[in-house]
Amino acid sequence: MISFRHVTARYPGSSRNAVDDISFDVGAGELVVLLGPSGCGKSTLLRTVNRLVPLESGEVDVDGIGVAELDAVELRRGIGYVIQAIGLFSHMTVAQNVAVVPSLLGWDRTDIDGRVDELLGMVGLDPSLYRERYPSQLSGGEAQRIGVARAIAARPRALLMDEPFGAVDAVVRATLQRELVRIVRELKTTTIFVTHDVDEAFRLADRVVVMRAGRVEQVAQPEGLFDNPATDYVRDIVHAGDDVYRRYYLHARELLRQSSS
Amino acid sequence: MNYLTTHPMRVVALTAIHVEIVGAALIVALLLAVPIGIFAARRARVEPWLLGTLGAIYTIPSLALLAVLVQLLGLGFAPIFVALVVYAQFMLARNVVAAIHGVDRAQVDAARGLGMSQAQILMRVEFPLALPVMIGGVRIAAIAMIAIATLGGYVGGGGLGVLIFNGLTLHQPQMIVAGSIAASVLAVAVDALLRLAERASGERGGAR
Repeated sequence: MISFRHVTARYPGSSRNAVDDISFDVGAGELVVLLGPSGCGKSTLLRTVNRLVPLESGEVDVDGIGVAELDAVELRRGIGYVIQAIGLFSHMTVAQNVAVVPSLLGWDRTDIDGRVDELLGMVGLDPSLYRERYPSQLSGGEAQRIGVARAIAARPRALLMDEPFGAVDAVVRATLQRELVRIVRELKTTTIFVTHDVDEAFRLADRVVVMRAGRVEQVAQPEGLFDNPATDYVRDIVHAGDDVYRRYYLHARELLRQSSS
Repeated sequence: MNYLTTHPMRVVALTAIHVEIVGAALIVALLLAVPIGIFAARRARVEPWLLGTLGAIYTIPSLALLAVLVQLLGLGFAPIFVALVVYAQFMLARNVVAAIHGVDRAQVDAARGLGMSQAQILMRVEFPLALPVMIGGVRIAAIAMIAIATLGGYVGGGGLGVLIFNGLTLHQPQMIVAGSIAASVLAVAVDALLRLAERASGERGGAR
């Protein structure tokens, strides 16, 4: 579980708060999407969780412990982090990339090897084919699968994803989104996912946090944003583009949910 | 060409000394330049100041610098060694700065986010990724140093410059030619060797 309490953050030299007095909770195992245009502070808020951005005031708790109380390096090893630019280490093989955090944590060699194979399988890449490849030998979609595997390798308490699928093409993105939902559900990892794409938000989110200019406009389930937008801004965002599709999508999801329960 | 065939062992011996002088100076220069370069790359305010100073030193003519060093250190190995270390600083440190700046930001951001300490980011990500560029800088510095080291013959430091300066004094053009050819061959050989190292170190790190 992750709690934001009156979180305010500001970049050095800036007169404006990038994130301004934000409070909400992300429940254990929940997938919350931060949605808003670029510059609204969603990535900044995400990066306060692993202290890549320091807090001006307020508090961020992960599983009840304030992140400011922990050593930043230790904290980050316990939180998965995936970025749009992926950032696979180009001088390391796929297996070495995935093994980075377990190695930092001093896991046993054989445990790491087993875990790497398990993770590659989990993200749909055959270990015997991919273990020894270098990042330059991967497609964009494959690279981000490895990015996800690397982030969850040491069974983190939380997973932070900063527009992870922004750089891959639409077809691959849809597949990655589906698989991400499956993996996160399976592992029950508390996840915060940043995007500016409404459809992506609706496809992934248990709840959506709509942000604008460093503040929260509304926190709700996708259906709630659709049926009861708190502000005109939220209404404009969720109805921009193909809102008929979105309506059907939510309806279909609800039917699936009822039939499976 | 005559001298090369009549005194091959003499040329080889002087070449070996030349390699020793350049090698020792290069190692010491690197031990200084790598930390200086990393420090400068980390501090935007220090960087232009530091590189500017090294650049200013670099513009001093090598013979003039050597003359000053002989006053301070006497004749022999010391002045040419120090001159080479000082000259190499500019080329090497500037190159280390460029190499560190050239490292993919996304990989450094990922390393930080995954929980590497500052030292681990440097040793496991920045340094290996910067290595091909750094070796390129070493190559350029080494070639320049091989040329400058011929001045060692003038101040009693030994090396292939001995042939060139003795040839000048004794009016023996073949000695001058022999020394020059040997120095050129050495430079070309070192260039080729370090190009191989550069390529080998860059082979694994593809673009992404």
